[in-house]
Amino acid sequence: MPILDHLWIILLLPLLGAAANGLIGIWLKERWPKSAVNACAVGSVAASFLCVCEAVREFAALPASQIPVVGNYFNWMLAGPFRVDFALQVDQLTVVMLLVVTGVGLLVHIFSVGYMDHDPGYPRFFSYLNLFVFFMLTLVLGANLLVTFVGWEGVGLCSYLLIGFWFLKKSAADAGKKAFITTRIGDMGFTVGILLTFFTFGTLSYGEIFDKLTAANTPVENHFGVITTICLLLFAGAVGKSAQLPLYVWLPDAMEGPTPVSALIHAATMVTAGVYIVARMNPLFSRSPIAMLVVAIVGAVTAFYAATIGMAQTDIKKVLAYSTISQLGYMFLACGVGAYSAGIFHLMTHAFFKGLLFLAAGSVIHAMGGEQDMLKMGGLWKKIPVTAWTMLIATLAIAGIPPFAGFFSKDEILWAAYSGPYANKALWALGFSAALLTSFYMFRLVFLTFFGQQRYDEHHVHVHESPWIMLGPLCVLAFLSTVGGWFAAPALWGGQNYFDDFLKPTFASAAALAPVVVEPPHSLEIYFAAFAVTAGLIGLAIAWWLYLGDPDRPKRLAKNLGALYKLVYGKYFVDEIYAALIVKPLLWISTNILWHVVDEGMIDGAVNGTADVAQLAGGEARRIQSGNARSYATWVIIGAVGFTALLLGIMGMRH
Amino acid sequence: MSAIPVSWYLALSGVLFGLGVVAFVFKRNIITIFMAIELMLNAVNLAFVAFSRAHSASGQVALDGQVFVFFVIVVAAAEAAVGLAIVLALAHTRQSLNVDRVNLLKF
Repeated sequence: MPILDHLWIILLLPLLGAAANGLIGIWLKERWPKSAVNACAVGSVAASFLCVCEAVREFAALPASQIPVVGNYFNWMLAGPFRVDFALQVDQLTVVMLLVVTGVGLLVHIFSVGYMDHDPGYPRFFSYLNLFVFFMLTLVLGANLLVTFVGWEGVGLCSYLLIGFWFLKKSAADAGKKAFITTRIGDMGFTVGILLTFFTFGTLSYGEIFDKLTAANTPVENHFGVITTICLLLFAGAVGKSAQLPLYVWLPDAMEGPTPVSALIHAATMVTAGVYIVARMNPLFSRSPIAMLVVAIVGAVTAFYAATIGMAQTDIKKVLAYSTISQLGYMFLACGVGAYSAGIFHLMTHAFFKGLLFLAAGSVIHAMGGEQDMLKMGGLWKKIPVTAWTMLIATLAIAGIPPFAGFFSKDEILWAAYSGPYANKALWALGFSAALLTSFYMFRLVFLTFFGQQRYDEHHVHVHESPWIMLGPLCVLAFLSTVGGWFAAPALWGGQNYFDDFLKPTFASAAALAPVVVEPPHSLEIYFAAFAVTAGLIGLAIAWWLYLGDPDRPKRLAKNLGALYKLVYGKYFVDEIYAALIVKPLLWISTNILWHVVDEGMIDGAVNGTADVAQLAGGEARRIQSGNARSYATWVIIGAVGFTALLLGIMGMRH
Repeated sequence: MSAIPVSWYLALSGVLFGLGVVAFVFKRNIITIFMAIELMLNAVNLAFVAFSRAHSASGQVALDGQVFVFFVIVVAAAEAAVGLAIVLALAHTRQSLNVDRVNLLKF
């Protein structure tokens, strides 16, 4: 098994690509041609993807006893009982993540070649993008919490760099800072969670933690104990990274970055790291029903909440950003109700269709010459047909219309929320309503963009279809968005769910710990699937009625709704509330206490005070040098007498 | 040997040195100050010789103190040469021997 023995190769390739473009490319500037940038950036990710494919082929042939495959490369830290190795591991969950990260990553890299063509920061962009892939692979391959944490922070760094890629624009630089600082709040919890894990289990390695749990036969913790605390702390990190309530505010602003970045980092991969860590720690979460409930509630509420905001946005990327938050909420809902594999399934299909939606939106923006406001688009269907078709496929997928990918994964989540071991009807209702809203805002986006009247000035905007280097990835993702859910399709007519079965070993202990429930009849599941599809179609119909009928209808509706519309349009004014409650007081404390009192008063005061004392003493002491020779003589005599007295005193003490 | 004990010599030396110090501090004429310095040096010389004598056992003469005195006389001579040159220069430029008027080098 050549690749499985050398997992580091998968990691190293994107890192080399990043180094090549980041060091040589920045150094040589114009003499480093675009073809070289492309070769290094796309080539390294492509090679990494091929390595992953080979690794998966080898993995499939392994007997169950050899899974997970762990590669222990060197001892990273050793301090008393604290021992961390730089170790990578591959199990079923990692395989899925690896394929998504390198696969979607490769497509986004190819798309970016076309999208970023005229950008002066071309090598820098690809260097960051490669570096992101490296850190994301570190995150999913890490065999202990600390290696994962390195990847976790690394992707945060790359996210910051890429959101602020056009850093001369103040809003972009601010958005980067906002993303970094907001996720840092969650990461504080994550760090403490890692520490607590070490104090509890004496190790940070996933395998050892889970083995200890199994060996000690740790029971389910029904009170608020240490396992619940660890889970909630780790979940705090996940909330920040995956943009859930209440830390979601950075993701909509992150749309300041280039669109391929939104597709790769802020839709397909990085933001799903939170879901990954919850799924990865499933033996811990499954032992804490309280933490599970918190995860499920946060997920369901976020799914619904973000969907409502998405309904009123007019910026095409902002709609998709809120949609991403909402879909991530679904994944957490799935994990929270114990359906980890459904969550990961949705993670995968979402990576396909949301990646596609963002890339297609990028293609639309490209066609419109940078315009992002949907109210200034309309009637683009005939002009950019490939983009329009692929976007429609992705919309059908996210709206949960069969046979597209989103239908299967979303249906599985809702079914688990209704009937699973941790079923909760209220959360199911929230998820179900969110599905309806999702369908509505996505078709609203499609109708506003591609149908209806043309609302832009043709003399200023020369709408043109994107080059094939951008359309190619769109088509591949459209294909994946269509067939990506079919792993689970046989389950509908009573067959196997291949995706679930594949992931089963990873979530075995979670399944064993789950409370036993009576499985409702399969026919009920079919009815629920039909409900979900109906909800999607209702959303479609409402969007159709509102946006393809009388063009004044949305405005009239907005006027009739009045305050409610303003509230949703203003995103519930959460940014303003945070600014007033947190940012302003912090700024006030920083300015008036930390700056003017502590820094200027105490720190500067101590330093300046020392200098002042020295200066004062020197100023007085210099008067001794009076220029009067006789006074010098007096000083000499005083000194001699004093010294003699001292000498005599010492000698006197000796005797 | 001598009937005069060494402490008498030392007392005389101390008195001479004290006179030199007092003259050095209180006189303003630079020539007088110069003489005060010579007085102090010679007071020390006297102490050296006295000690040298006191430390000599019968048949064995301690010469350390005596040798020191020669050194001091040589240094005093050199000092007198340099010092008197400075005094001359000062007398030329200031038309005065008052040491208190030589006070330009100060804070």
